[in-house]
Amino acid sequence: MNAKGLVHKYPDNVDTDVIIPARYLNSQNAKELAAHCMEDIDADFVKKVQPGDVMVGGWNFGCGSSREHAPLVIKTSGVSCVIAKSFARIFYRNAINIGLPILECEAASDGIAAGDEVAVDFDTGLITNLTKGESYQAQPFPPFIQEIISAGGLLPSIRQKGG
Amino acid sequence: MTQKILAAHAGLDTVSPGQLISAKLDVVLGNDITTPVAINEFEKAGFTSVYDRTRINIVLDHFVPNKDIKSAQQSKQCRDFANKYDILNFFDVGKMGIEHALLPEQGIVTAGDCIIGADSHTCTYGAVGAFSTGVGSTDMAAAMATGTAWFKVPEAIRVTLTGSLPQYVAGKDVILHLIGMIGVDGALYKSLEFTGPGVASLSMDDRLCICNMAIEAGGKNGIFPVDEVTRAYLDGRSQRPYTVYEADPDAVYCQEITIDLSALESTVSYPHLPENTHTAREAQKERIAIQQVVIGSCTNGRLEDMQAAYELLKGKTIAKGVRGIIIPGTMQVYKECLRRGYLEAFIDAGCIVSTPTCGPCLGGYMGILAEGERCVSTTNRNFVGRMGHTASEVYLASPAVAAASALTGYITDPASLAG
Repeated sequence: MNAKGLVHKYPDNVDTDVIIPARYLNSQNAKELAAHCMEDIDADFVKKVQPGDVMVGGWNFGCGSSREHAPLVIKTSGVSCVIAKSFARIFYRNAINIGLPILECEAASDGIAAGDEVAVDFDTGLITNLTKGESYQAQPFPPFIQEIISAGGLLPSIRQKGG
Repeated sequence: MTQKILAAHAGLDTVSPGQLISAKLDVVLGNDITTPVAINEFEKAGFTSVYDRTRINIVLDHFVPNKDIKSAQQSKQCRDFANKYDILNFFDVGKMGIEHALLPEQGIVTAGDCIIGADSHTCTYGAVGAFSTGVGSTDMAAAMATGTAWFKVPEAIRVTLTGSLPQYVAGKDVILHLIGMIGVDGALYKSLEFTGPGVASLSMDDRLCICNMAIEAGGKNGIFPVDEVTRAYLDGRSQRPYTVYEADPDAVYCQEITIDLSALESTVSYPHLPENTHTAREAQKERIAIQQVVIGSCTNGRLEDMQAAYELLKGKTIAKGVRGIIIPGTMQVYKECLRRGYLEAFIDAGCIVSTPTCGPCLGGYMGILAEGERCVSTTNRNFVGRMGHTASEVYLASPAVAAASALTGYITDPASLAG
């Protein structure tokens, strides 16, 4: 599985309240929610984002609440992959459980700038910055998690195992 | 201690950090925001039964009594699901409380449990000696169907507490101080294990507050040992027999931190991260004017929190230009506040008192901030836009600091009002 797109870059500690403010959580409609993705730190994001684009953050991306709406709105807005130095743990498992690819890579987060075009190979964890001609190696997921992702999320993987 | 509970629930003799395990769950929890998404996933995956109707808890607390039509639809979806599967612990308006104040109070969570909740502050229950952590809606859906969840076994940070807290200093100050020391990702993927001679001096409400905000340090869970204080709390309350796990004397920790409780002062987290801590004494010198105070939430909506506010507010009037919003965490706390005369004192001081709700904590309703406004709040997050306008500010503090600040109109150390 691969992804290619332009980068939207964010700082450390991007929290779930700015990814999708709680004032909109009286809805569970993914498209309706996605219209407010990143609204409180980047009001233009929803106008700029194109299918396949890549989101790049710093340390502790997705900190705060357990709302699964956060990875869901990022995925629904067309983002193909989130790269960060580290992820808050609930965001990390929510992203895996709903099938939003994420990669931890400090070098990529440091090297990639907003607007760069990057390509990502999820099987190997290789991130290529096509604009700068650089590449960065992220850790691929352990087999247990790869199983969940390849099944299309946690629930399909449980059903596949006969749960 | 966390590793022992996880091993027991995974059917293993021991587990080690980094190991991926599947563990049996004693309690599963969701609220009116996360449960609807879990129900959709549960039904989409084709499940037609729950693993145990007595172990699933659905608490309507974020937007109830419902603030608008959409939130009413979400509550109705939870209600219909609870009826369909005959969920024993479904807490609707009149019975509900803020989930993390309610479940310990009702004895639904107990020592030795392995618990997940589709709410990040599920880590609160470590206070009773349980392993408890926040997850998302899909995890909740899977847990409702199978009674299990996958975990990566966390490393542990040992936080040794010594001494005892001075007057006006509470559990909230301990956890804000700790987050200030290690940062908002200082315990990322890790367990915060509290221990030491200072533990005995901490009340259950203090411990619940401390574990509640483990997530604000990035932690997977926070956990306290079971001692006489815990037993006194659980005995006669716990709905199930409990199991006490103790950390081995030779347990391995990835980091050691010591906090002298006697040296702590009232602490305030400035916008927009909980790690931006200052002492209230320093903050007071800046004369930071405020327009609103919120006392409540899953962090500080318990009886001792209400008592701390009452001790400062009784017979006084809050400053002109300050809106005081007090939200007891559960109906039981609300009723006890009524019986003790706290509610009357709060109203006489110029505050409003609401029935339990998460409301303003997450900018839901019941106290949204306008552009440029500042609030001292006993809640748990002060992110950009958390309580309203993106140009509003939330200062996190204890109920005593919040009450003292309401009286003066600027951030105030309660110790400065003594005498």
